[in-house]
Amino acid sequence: MTDFDFDVIVVGAGPAGSCAAIAAARAGRSVVLLERGPFPGSKNMYGGVVYPRILDELVPEWWTTAPIQRWVTRRSTMILSERSSVTIDYRSDDWGRPPHNGATAYRPDFDNWLAGEAVAAGARLVCSTTVTGLLRDASGRTIGVRTDRPDGELRAPVVIACDGVNSFLAKEAGLYGSTDPANFTLGVKETLAFDRETIEERFNVRDDHGVDIEILGGTSGVNGGGFVYTNRDTVSIGCVLKLPKLAAQSKRPEEIIAGLKAHPSIAPLVEGGRVIEYSAHVIPEAGLSMMPKMVADGLLVAGDAAALCLAAGIWLEGVNFAMASGMYAGRSAAAAVAKGDVSTRGLATYTEMLESTFVLKDHRRLRHIPELVLSDRVQQKYPTFVTAVMERLFRVDNPSPKPGLRRIVREERKRAGIRARDLLRDGWKGMRGFG
Amino acid sequence: MEGRIDRDTTWPEISFEERIGTAEFRIHERAHIVVNGDSCRGCSTRECVVACPANLFVPTSDGGILFNYENCFECGTCYLVCNKEGAISWTYPEGGFGIVFHRT
Repeated sequence: MTDFDFDVIVVGAGPAGSCAAIAAARAGRSVVLLERGPFPGSKNMYGGVVYPRILDELVPEWWTTAPIQRWVTRRSTMILSERSSVTIDYRSDDWGRPPHNGATAYRPDFDNWLAGEAVAAGARLVCSTTVTGLLRDASGRTIGVRTDRPDGELRAPVVIACDGVNSFLAKEAGLYGSTDPANFTLGVKETLAFDRETIEERFNVRDDHGVDIEILGGTSGVNGGGFVYTNRDTVSIGCVLKLPKLAAQSKRPEEIIAGLKAHPSIAPLVEGGRVIEYSAHVIPEAGLSMMPKMVADGLLVAGDAAALCLAAGIWLEGVNFAMASGMYAGRSAAAAVAKGDVSTRGLATYTEMLESTFVLKDHRRLRHIPELVLSDRVQQKYPTFVTAVMERLFRVDNPSPKPGLRRIVREERKRAGIRARDLLRDGWKGMRGFG
Repeated sequence: MEGRIDRDTTWPEISFEERIGTAEFRIHERAHIVVNGDSCRGCSTRECVVACPANLFVPTSDGGILFNYENCFECGTCYLVCNKEGAISWTYPEGGFGIVFHRT
């Protein structure tokens, strides 16, 4: 009989780990939440927007206490060619009012706040502690973790691995197959200082309202995308770059950001901003096809560690998937401990919860989209094609009469080197993929 | 490096040293990433050199790679893009050390 220190050990105090700890502690279990950084969120950066709707279940009226920067009331999707752009811009003043939709936030603030909620729920938070491996019994069941503290072994019937995109714990437990770099992107970002008035004038927002712009193209030919979003008195700009493509060319990540900042459609937004923080992180972008097994005997995996990041074109979400999967993992772990069955079978409620909610439903519905969005045609040819069609539509070329739309599309498609059948096929894939 | 903006004007990009200086690194004496120089000498593709966002992999004149762990974002890009089995041994730094983000 093993002597346990806690009912549940949660590794990583990011959004998945903190929600796991909140859920398990609220269910009456003793929980330790381990964080390798000096404070929760200190290792975390992202592409800018958190959609906390799922927190309604764990932290009612979270918007009154969460440390957000700006409520996103303008959501733009931008397509960049060499010197021009097309933007779809949605705007809703309602998102600036409770119960809100999305917000920009600094992850070190947001994650720290959420970990505080876990502590308030009764979890014990231990920072500056790196987990170095799993403790497993003779049958292979996980019974705890090894840490870099002196006498640093901790035992519990369930370990929830929320240890991020590199999840050495999920890999150690054999839950992942081989690692394919094509499933990952590198996110790099600059935080640029401005005064509030400049931000509000340039981005056309007021008060605590903000803008999130997601960008296709503008990444120097490396498959991926860009983003620009507003914080209170800073603007964040960055790129997401597919690893094998990045590694196979000669421009460095910071040079690719510089290229994006210099684009004539972007430069007026960010010109003159002083870089106050440069950051980088890897993102699991391949969706369903790269996900590990979520459950093993005594072990659950949540958040980025389980590749639960949605990179599906118009939707780019991760923190909400982390919070939800963490919450379900915490609930499942608590119930399994109460029942006295922490085997894969006893913890199977976790997978059921993921399958019956947006966490895996969204990923299943959109399973073909990440590949389509990062494909060479969508990345290299369509931005030129779309902006060229718009240019022809809006150009007044008198005394020539206006060409018909069909002719413009045909000519520009050919000019961009896109075969009609590929365009149809991708269109069909998109229609079906977006469901 | 210079960033070029519209109207054919330019503004100076910051140096890489200034850029990396905006991030806080709490440096531990133990190197959490170890690069096996022998593997690197036989490598012609050098994915790590261009992809590492902290620019920690520097080719040397004798065909090797000079590596510095200190200003590392702990992102994992280097081991993910590396084609040489065992060339990069990657772990997290000691608890409380390494990159500390603030406005990210």
